[in-house]
Amino acid sequence: MKKILSGNDAVARGAYEAGISFAAAYPGTPSTEILETIAKEYKDIHSEWAPNEKVALEVAVGASYAGARSLAVMKHVGVNVAADPLMTLPYTLIRGGIVLISADDPELFSSQNEQDNRHYARFAKIAMLEPSSSQEAKDYTKEAFTISEEFGTPVMVRTTTRIAHSMGVVDLSEPVVQKTPSLERHPAEWVMLPANARRRHPVIEERILALKKLSNTTNMNRMEIVDINLGIISSGVAYQYAKEAFPGASYLKLGMPYPFPDELVKEFAAKVKELWIVEELDPFIEDQVKALGIACHGKDRIPMCGELNPDIIKAAISGEPVVKPGQPALPGRPPSMCPGCPHRSMLWALRRNKTFIAGDIGCYTLGFLPPLDAIDTCLCMGAGINHAHGMSKVFGPGKEKLTAVIGDSTFYHSGITGLLNLAYNRGAALIVILDNSTTAMTGAQNHPGTGVTIEGQKNITIDLEGLVKALGIEWVKTINPYDVKGARQTIKEALASSGPSVIISKAPCVLLKAKAVPGKPLRVDALKCTGCKVCITLGCPALEFKDEKAHINETCVGCNVCADLCSVEAIGGEK
Amino acid sequence: MNVLMTGVGGQGIILASDVLTEVMMRYGLDVKKSEIHGMAQRGGSVMSHVRFAEHVASPLIPYGSCDILLSFEELETARYMPYIKADTTVIINRFRLSPPTVIAGKESYPDITPILKEKATDIRMVDGSALASELGNARGVNVILLGVLSMLLEPAESLWIETLTDMLPKKIRPKNIEGFKQGRQLKVQ
Repeated sequence: MKKILSGNDAVARGAYEAGISFAAAYPGTPSTEILETIAKEYKDIHSEWAPNEKVALEVAVGASYAGARSLAVMKHVGVNVAADPLMTLPYTLIRGGIVLISADDPELFSSQNEQDNRHYARFAKIAMLEPSSSQEAKDYTKEAFTISEEFGTPVMVRTTTRIAHSMGVVDLSEPVVQKTPSLERHPAEWVMLPANARRRHPVIEERILALKKLSNTTNMNRMEIVDINLGIISSGVAYQYAKEAFPGASYLKLGMPYPFPDELVKEFAAKVKELWIVEELDPFIEDQVKALGIACHGKDRIPMCGELNPDIIKAAISGEPVVKPGQPALPGRPPSMCPGCPHRSMLWALRRNKTFIAGDIGCYTLGFLPPLDAIDTCLCMGAGINHAHGMSKVFGPGKEKLTAVIGDSTFYHSGITGLLNLAYNRGAALIVILDNSTTAMTGAQNHPGTGVTIEGQKNITIDLEGLVKALGIEWVKTINPYDVKGARQTIKEALASSGPSVIISKAPCVLLKAKAVPGKPLRVDALKCTGCKVCITLGCPALEFKDEKAHINETCVGCNVCADLCSVEAIGGEK
Repeated sequence: MNVLMTGVGGQGIILASDVLTEVMMRYGLDVKKSEIHGMAQRGGSVMSHVRFAEHVASPLIPYGSCDILLSFEELETARYMPYIKADTTVIINRFRLSPPTVIAGKESYPDITPILKEKATDIRMVDGSALASELGNARGVNVILLGVLSMLLEPAESLWIETLTDMLPKKIRPKNIEGFKQGRQLKVQ
């Protein structure tokens, strides 16, 4: 049976056909839909949102140690969080097949960097597969489980945004039967003390040689010999772009780029007159070709930054200038926080109180944009609290107004340890937890604070204020961010305290059913409006300024923040 | 055949391109589609590349290779000029949504006609949004424009309706199939 699937849906299908019993993930673009699809379509598989990627990988390892096939899913930067278990996992004995999906984001459509996670396969010394279409995303995910069990290794499947979010025709198969778990003990292979790990390291080195034999013979790495004047080695979506640009060239298509298929590459290089390596981001394949002493072109012409496309590849190989065609100068449409977003008023209040605002990863990062201009740092998940703490220590208490903002999902992901540190080392910073009861940026996923699992079960709901207190923070207040004057007053009080303080800014995301806004647009009384623009400084998409007056458009949801700020009471509900 | 759909987040472009993709698979062709989800959604520019043929390699349309550009919003048409060639059929829904800088009074909504005419020769306007309001289904502009598009493609009306029936949630099905049919009758000039 044929079906149109996105790369993400195809990965989910492949895992299902491989008979997995367990899947865990933390949401992150472009990987999020994989676990959502598993939870929705394949209910025989236990799926769960983990609070972060390290937990996701470790619980998947637990399922594998019990003999079940298991999957861990994350975006590229999530693998950094999971890197600790990932680096030692290959030392241990694998029972049920275990596969890690790393979804990279060339062009940074929705990420803080464009790191090339293929390096992780080499770093951790594990096999890596790289699909170039939805069909391959399904097939390779399935194959990854076979390799994992046959060679006793974790396997990484690396996708990119253009694989994850593109759709194509996929041939479906029936799933294999799930494995029955059984309890076994393997202390010499599972307890990674120095004495055991020392014995296990040579196992990895032997395994990688065995996997190299596989990569030299597997049909995932295949030659397509046509015109021998131009030979291209490529992988992932870049292979499809190259095929589009040079359909008649000869190809060595690498579906399993690591361990590197030395023999196959030598054979291919000997067959073609000019050799090009076409890959997105880093010269991962190219460096290994060059290490074999084979001359080739690649990053001397093909950009290292951003995603590729057929035109870039065509220009690079044809010797033409590699430039993106000029676009007409048009007003842009940058992403922005929604009308009525509870983050907006809180960020506005912090900025008005002239604080430094260390930021984090979430919708509120968009508060960086003018006119709000209210985010001063954004490094990685959980970093903001620690920035504020480090600054507070070098300035000393009371010198600067140092604050950090972090969303609820990000706080559970990696803010808890930072807050513990702030309390323990007594940093004089104000931390604002922007609690909108969801993981909003990736499309409203549940987390421990929402009390509902991805499978829809109602479980424990974290008492956030209690947790903050338990971490050692004495000054804690929960406020309603739509009361912007009250928020400014509470910020002032918090900053006046000599130690660490936390404000929980609590109101549900306006995209949730539970939203706390009426939903009806407000109106501006043009006779009263003085054109002072204070409401415009909120940067709300529902507020327009024309003919020297403020106007409210139909996207307004009536959160009333602008009305509260208006000193002449020109904004109100329908009369 | 390369079809580019453009517009603004919330106009239903993703569903429209999903339907086109499914129809082309059922018609017996290889088909690929590419778009960006995530941060780019909320009120941002949206484009969806749909390509169908005996065999499709790249999910992205190469520059200057778009056969049909179906634009849900006027300004967004001009943003994708690199994909246009002289004989691209450009169909523009008569609808304007002001971008943030226009809302804030810093820029005015641009006149896109001279930009389009630099390259395109076949530019047609269609009152999709007006028809959607008339039918009391403002959110149904996507199926109306799909109806317009379907008139330029090979598959028969029955295949489109069969596919829409399978893909649309029951509650909104009759309204949207009606919108699609009306879209097929809509004057394009």
